[in-house]
Amino acid sequence: MKKIMSGNEAIARGAFEAGVKVAAAYPGTPSTEILETIAKEYKEIYAEWSPNEKVALEVTYGASMAGARAMACMKHVGVNVAADPFMTLSYVGVNGGLVLVTCDDPELYSSQNEQDNRHYARFAKVPMFEPSESQEAKDFIKLGYEVSEKFDTPVMVRSVTRISHAKGIVELQDPMTPPVPIEIKKDTAKYTMLPSFARVRHAFIEERFLRLKEFAEQFPGNRMEINDPTVGIISAGISYQYAKEVFPNYSYLKLGMVWPLPKNLIGEFFKKVKKVYIIEELDPFLEENIRAMGFKPKGGKDLFPICGELNPFLVEKGILGKKFKPPKPFFKEPLPPRPPNLCPGCPHRGVFHVLRKLKVFTSGDIGCYTLGAYPPLNVINSNICMGSSIGGAHGMAKALGEKGRGKIVGVIGDSTFLHAGVHPLMDVGYNKSYATIIILDNRTTGMTGHQEHPATGYTIRGEKTHRIDFVGLGRALGIENPRKLNPWNLEETERVIKEELDKDEPSLIISEGPCVLLRRAFKKYNKPLQVDSTKCIGCKTCVNLGCPAISYQLVEGEMAMTADGKKRKGIAFIESSLCPGCHLCYQVCKFEAIKSQEEKPIFGFETA
Amino acid sequence: MDQMTTNILVAGVGGQGVILASDIMSEVFMEAGYDVKKSEVHGMAMRGGIVTSHFRFGKKVYSPLIKQGEVDILFAFEQLEGLRWFNYLRPTGKILMNDNKVNPPAVNLGEMEYPKDIPEVIRSKFKSFYLIKGTEIALQLGDARAANVVLLGAISKFFEVNDDLWLKTILNYLPPKVHELNRKAFSTGRDQISQS
Ligand SMILES: Cc1ncc(C[n+]2csc(CCOP(=O)(O)OP(=O)(O)O)c2C)c(N)n1
Ligand code: SF4
Ligand code: SF4
Repeated sequence: MKKIMSGNEAIARGAFEAGVKVAAAYPGTPSTEILETIAKEYKEIYAEWSPNEKVALEVTYGASMAGARAMACMKHVGVNVAADPFMTLSYVGVNGGLVLVTCDDPELYSSQNEQDNRHYARFAKVPMFEPSESQEAKDFIKLGYEVSEKFDTPVMVRSVTRISHAKGIVELQDPMTPPVPIEIKKDTAKYTMLPSFARVRHAFIEERFLRLKEFAEQFPGNRMEINDPTVGIISAGISYQYAKEVFPNYSYLKLGMVWPLPKNLIGEFFKKVKKVYIIEELDPFLEENIRAMGFKPKGGKDLFPICGELNPFLVEKGILGKKFKPPKPFFKEPLPPRPPNLCPGCPHRGVFHVLRKLKVFTSGDIGCYTLGAYPPLNVINSNICMGSSIGGAHGMAKALGEKGRGKIVGVIGDSTFLHAGVHPLMDVGYNKSYATIIILDNRTTGMTGHQEHPATGYTIRGEKTHRIDFVGLGRALGIENPRKLNPWNLEETERVIKEELDKDEPSLIISEGPCVLLRRAFKKYNKPLQVDSTKCIGCKTCVNLGCPAISYQLVEGEMAMTADGKKRKGIAFIESSLCPGCHLCYQVCKFEAIKSQEEKPIFGFETA
Repeated sequence: MDQMTTNILVAGVGGQGVILASDIMSEVFMEAGYDVKKSEVHGMAMRGGIVTSHFRFGKKVYSPLIKQGEVDILFAFEQLEGLRWFNYLRPTGKILMNDNKVNPPAVNLGEMEYPKDIPEVIRSKFKSFYLIKGTEIALQLGDARAANVVLLGAISKFFEVNDDLWLKTILNYLPPKVHELNRKAFSTGRDQISQS
């Protein structure tokens, strides 16, 4: 049977057909839909959102020791978090097959960096497969399990945004029963990396690596397509498809396995064609390794950018050079950009409005709330990786001493806090920081599309489970008196934040406001608010909340004056179809020009 | 459209149903016997940001991305987004645009103006331009959310694929209680493109 599938759906299908028993992940674009698909479609597989990628990988390691086929999925930077177990997992190897799926994000559509995770395969001395479309994504996952078990190694499969979130036609097959029995089997010398045992395993992986190189030479997914012999292209993954699109008649060495590389096959290809180009996205990974083998390609990263993703246009331009003729533009004027924005009614907006007013330094973190760095809010001042807000704020406070007192805030989302914020908060308590830490608890993982986590009270399949209490956790970590606030009540939000900033002891504030898109958290939304156009003086105070429902509109003639005769250039307008009625704008307007349609104004919502 | 592969760029704003529309098109053309590929970006771009979906069908499709300058149909769900991707069109291409505006943040803040007279600007440079009142028609039929089905109805007119296949595929994505409304939305959409 044929089906249209995204790369992520095909990876999930591959796991199902390979008989995977345990799959674990932490959400992260562009990898998230792999586990979501497994949870929805393949009930045979145990699936979980783990608190972070390190835990996810460790769960699959345990499952593999017990003989099960297991899969861990994460975005590229997730592998950094999981790198500690991963480097030594390579030594330990597997019992049931283990595949780590890394989804890289060239062009940074939704990421903090653009790292190329092919380097991890080389670093950890494990094989890496790289599909170039959905069908291969499914095939390479299944193959990954065979290779994993045959060579006693974890296997990496690398996807990128244009594989994970692209769709193509996939041929479906039936699931198989994996060969390894599931049982408790003790093999201490293999699984316990004491120095004496690990030395033995290091020698093993060096020898395993030689066998993997031989495999790469025979592997049919590394294939030559000899057409026009004047130009040969070595490529892998999505770059291969771009090249085939623009140069269907050239010859190709298409690598399905990007580590280790098949030296003999590459040599043969160099003999068969006149000049060789290496086309790859991001780093010159293939190029450097192929040059190190002694081969001399005609071109590589001198012709194609390292930064950003490739596309058919850039590939054609790189190869044709001066002969390339770009299409003529029809239209050249600059257009207003359309950056992503916090939703109308978003619970983060109230806290950000107050932080802006208090002019503090806000050490930020990763999630929807990072968008608070954009105008008009302009409140997030830093952010590198998940969890870094708290350590960053604490370190600044220690460096600044008296100078920074009352001015340093760390903000972190609920999912991010549980992923990597618990240890730094422990540090704040333990080493007595004056930094004020705010958990923006919107009861979901917003940015990646609303996944459950250990403080939502639900599992990936919607079963009820234990829900972490942030106040209790904060106390256990050394914060004596964690506070809560309602972020849609600006008076309360400002008062609580000010009080905590003034304190000389570690502070933790939990801003409790569910993501407005999380339907189940709300009994009902409120009626949309309205601007009284006779009163609005056009001061833009509400406009500067950055709510997408509010716009500033210029007025002329009769309209350029309020009912009581004040001059104005424009007025605010609320698009009622977009407004869930959070009443933030109502609270900031000093001219009573914003009208609540409720019997009594409600600061926030009736939540369930 | 005599080349091997047909390229459709669907463009709009987060929440308008761009991705659903391209999902439906790819199923329709797979069922009609073509190879299909499509590609889009999820995640960060969705919070009211720009959403595009590249959709391609033909005998054999390699790249999931359309090369700049080779879009056969620019299928825009919003005016500014139509203009933004204008330069991706082939000179022989078509534009099918929903007559709808969504302000970007800089316009809401009063810092920039929403570009004026977009349909006129496009029409002055491009003959094959179809402006569809998708949102208005859907509202008249009773639900603004049916706008993308109106638009799908309009675009379906450009292909020789049987309209039953389109309808069946579209209705598959929708709960039965809105089937009647969407049938109407689809056929009204088709009527917007004249036979010529
Ligand atoms: C190591 C790592 N894993 C995953 C991600 C992807 N990611 C970015 S933000 C985020 C979580 C956002 O949830 P939360 O902290 O609750 O904030 P919200 O978006 O709900 O405001 C995730 C999973 C990442 N950037 N880095
Ligand atoms: S998805 Fe939720 S948390 Fe994210 S911006 Fe929208 S309301 Fe805020
Ligand atoms: S009440 Fe005001 S701030 Fe809140 S969503 Fe509506 S328009 Fe935006």
